[in-house]
Amino acid sequence: MTEDNGTRTPGDGPDKPDQPVEAGAPEEKKEPAQPGTAGGDEDDAKAKATAAAKAKAAAAAKAKAAEEAEPKPPWEEKPVAPEHQDATDDPDVAALNEALDGVVTSSDRFAGDPTAVVPADRIVEACRYLKELRGFAFLVDLTAVDWPEREEGRFDIVYWMHRFDDSKRLRLRIVAAEDATVPTVSGVWKTANWMEREVYDMFGVIFEGHPSLERILTWEGFNGHPLRKDFPVEGIDTGAAIYPDVYPPGGGPILEGEGGEEAAE
Amino acid sequence: MSEPFETLFEGEEMELSFGPQHPSTHGVLRVMLKLDGEKILDAKPIIGYLHRGTEKLFEKEPFPQCIPHTDRLDYVAAATNNQGFVVAMEKLLGITIPPRAAYIRMILAELQRISSHLLWLATHAIDLGAITPFFYTFREREEILDMFEAYCGARLTLNTMKIGGVPFDLPDGWVETCSDYINRLPAHIAEYETLLTGNRIWKKRTIGVGVISAEEAIEWGLTGPPLRGSGVKWDIRKVFPYDRYDEIEFEIPIGKNGDTYDRYLVRMEEMRQSARIVRQCLDRLPDGPVMARVPKVIRATEGMVYASVEAPKGELGYFIVTTEKATEPYRCHVRPPSFINLQALPDMVRGRLVPDQEAVIGTLDIVLGEIDR
Repeated sequence: MTEDNGTRTPGDGPDKPDQPVEAGAPEEKKEPAQPGTAGGDEDDAKAKATAAAKAKAAAAAKAKAAEEAEPKPPWEEKPVAPEHQDATDDPDVAALNEALDGVVTSSDRFAGDPTAVVPADRIVEACRYLKELRGFAFLVDLTAVDWPEREEGRFDIVYWMHRFDDSKRLRLRIVAAEDATVPTVSGVWKTANWMEREVYDMFGVIFEGHPSLERILTWEGFNGHPLRKDFPVEGIDTGAAIYPDVYPPGGGPILEGEGGEEAAE
Repeated sequence: MSEPFETLFEGEEMELSFGPQHPSTHGVLRVMLKLDGEKILDAKPIIGYLHRGTEKLFEKEPFPQCIPHTDRLDYVAAATNNQGFVVAMEKLLGITIPPRAAYIRMILAELQRISSHLLWLATHAIDLGAITPFFYTFREREEILDMFEAYCGARLTLNTMKIGGVPFDLPDGWVETCSDYINRLPAHIAEYETLLTGNRIWKKRTIGVGVISAEEAIEWGLTGPPLRGSGVKWDIRKVFPYDRYDEIEFEIPIGKNGDTYDRYLVRMEEMRQSARIVRQCLDRLPDGPVMARVPKVIRATEGMVYASVEAPKGELGYFIVTTEKATEPYRCHVRPPSFINLQALPDMVRGRLVPDQEAVIGTLDIVLGEIDR
C-alpha cells in the first residue's frame, strides 16, 4: 500500500507536485514504521525501501517543477487574443487624414491590421488617393457587415487593399444607413464591380454610379437580401415555382403526396 | 481580324447562352455571348446556380463547426479551404500552433495543390481536345486522394484541420507512402509535359490566347496562377507566410506574356515546387503535439480579422467579424479567388473565337462551388 502511494505521488499532482510529497510523505512513512519496530527486520527493510521510493518521487517532482519554471512553448500557453489599438500613427492612415483634411474619423489596429473609418460620401476620394498616390493598386476584398440595431447606420462597408511595394494592407470602413446610397468605387478599381454587386445582392446596399448594379448570386426578382440579419436562415418562400402549370402556386410536389397536408402543418 | 475581301453578306450579331450545362464551363457557369459569326464581341458571365448561402450558414455555427462548410467551397481543394479558415481563426484568437501541426498542414495543403492542379490539367486538356493527359493525371491524383483517405478518412471533403492544429497525427507508414509518391512525381510531371508542352496543337490553342497584362491583372484583382502568368511575382506563402512557410525554400514561377500557355507553364512548375515543399516538410517533420492548447468552447473577442492563404486558385481569404464572447462568427466573408478571377473573363475573350473562350475558362481554373458559395 505504501509503495503504491510512493509511485502514485508524482503522477497525482502534476501542477503542484511539491505539496503532496512533502506534506504527506513523513506521516505515511511513520505509520508503517510503527508496526515495523514491533514486528521485526522485514518491516524495517520495507520501510527503508518506501523511504527510498519517496525520495526518488520527490526528486522527480522537483525536476518536473524546474522544467515547468522554464517558459512553455507558445502552443501550450493559454492563447491571448489580440487587442484593439489606436492606428493614427500608421503612416498611411496619417497621410490619408492629412491629405484629405481630417477625413479619418477614427482608426483602429486589431491583430496587426490597421482600419480607418471614413465618411461614406468621401470614400471614392479616399480610395482614389490611396490608390494613386499611396500605391494601393490592389483591392483585395470588399464586403459588408449588417448591424441592424446600430444607431449610426446599419451597414459597415469594408474595403481591404494591398500595396505591392512593401506588402502593406489597409482597411477602410464606412458606415451606411439602411436607405442611404453609397458611392461606387468600381471606377477606382475594376475588380470592385462584382464585389459591389455581391454586397448589393446580399445586403441591399445601393451603390450609386455603378455601371450595372444587378443581382449576382441570386436571381433578378429575388425577394429579400439573404445576408441581412433579419433574413431567416431557413429561407423564405420566394414565390418561385418550378412547374407553375402543373402544381398549384404555393404548393409543390411534396404537398401533393399522401400525408403531405399534415406534414405541411 | 480584318476582312481579306469584301463580302456580300451583312454582319449579323447573335446572342448565345453558353452553359450552364456546357461541359467546358466546369460546373454551372453560364456565359451570355454576343457573337458575330464565331467571333466573340462581348461576354457576360452569369453565376449563382450553385449558391448555397454558405456565408449565412457560418453565422449560425460555432467556430469549429464552420470548418466542414469550408470544404464545400472549392470542393477539389478542401484542405486549403480548411487552412484558410483555421489560419484566420488563429489570428483572431492569438493561437500559435505546434510545429508538427504546421508541417502536417503544409504537407496536406501542398498535396492538395498538386491534386487540384492535376484535375485542372486533365479538364483543361480535355477542353482543348487532348484526352490522354486525363488518364495520366487522374492516376496520380488518385494516389493523393488515397493518402488523404489514410490520413483523415475522407477523399474530397476532408475537414482535416482544426483551430489550433490538426485533428490527427500521421498514421504509421504514411510518411513513407508520401515520400515514395513525391519521389516519383517529378517524372510524372515530365511525362505530362512531353504530351503537351511542345505539342504543336497545344501551342496553337494556347499561345497568345486570353492575354492579360500585369497592370490589367492587378486592376481586375487576379491572384494565383493567372496573376503570376502575367509576370507578377506574388504568392501569399512568401508575402504573408502562414503556418511555417517561412522555413521552407521554394521558388515562385512566373510567366512572361500572360497568355494561356504561360499560365499552363506556371501551374506545371508550381506542382514541382509543391513537391519540393512536401519533400522538405517530410525531411524536417518535427516531433511533438499536433494540437495547441485551445479552450473547449471557443469564445472570440470583438473585432474583425482577415487572413488569407495561397489556395491552388489564388488568394483565398476569410474575413471574420465577431462580437464579444461570441461562439460563432457574426459575419464570415470568403474572398474566393475563382469569383474574382472570373470577372476578367470578358476582357480576356473579347475579339477571340468561341473555342478560345474554353481555353480561357480552363486556364482561369474556376470552381463554381467557390464562386457561388
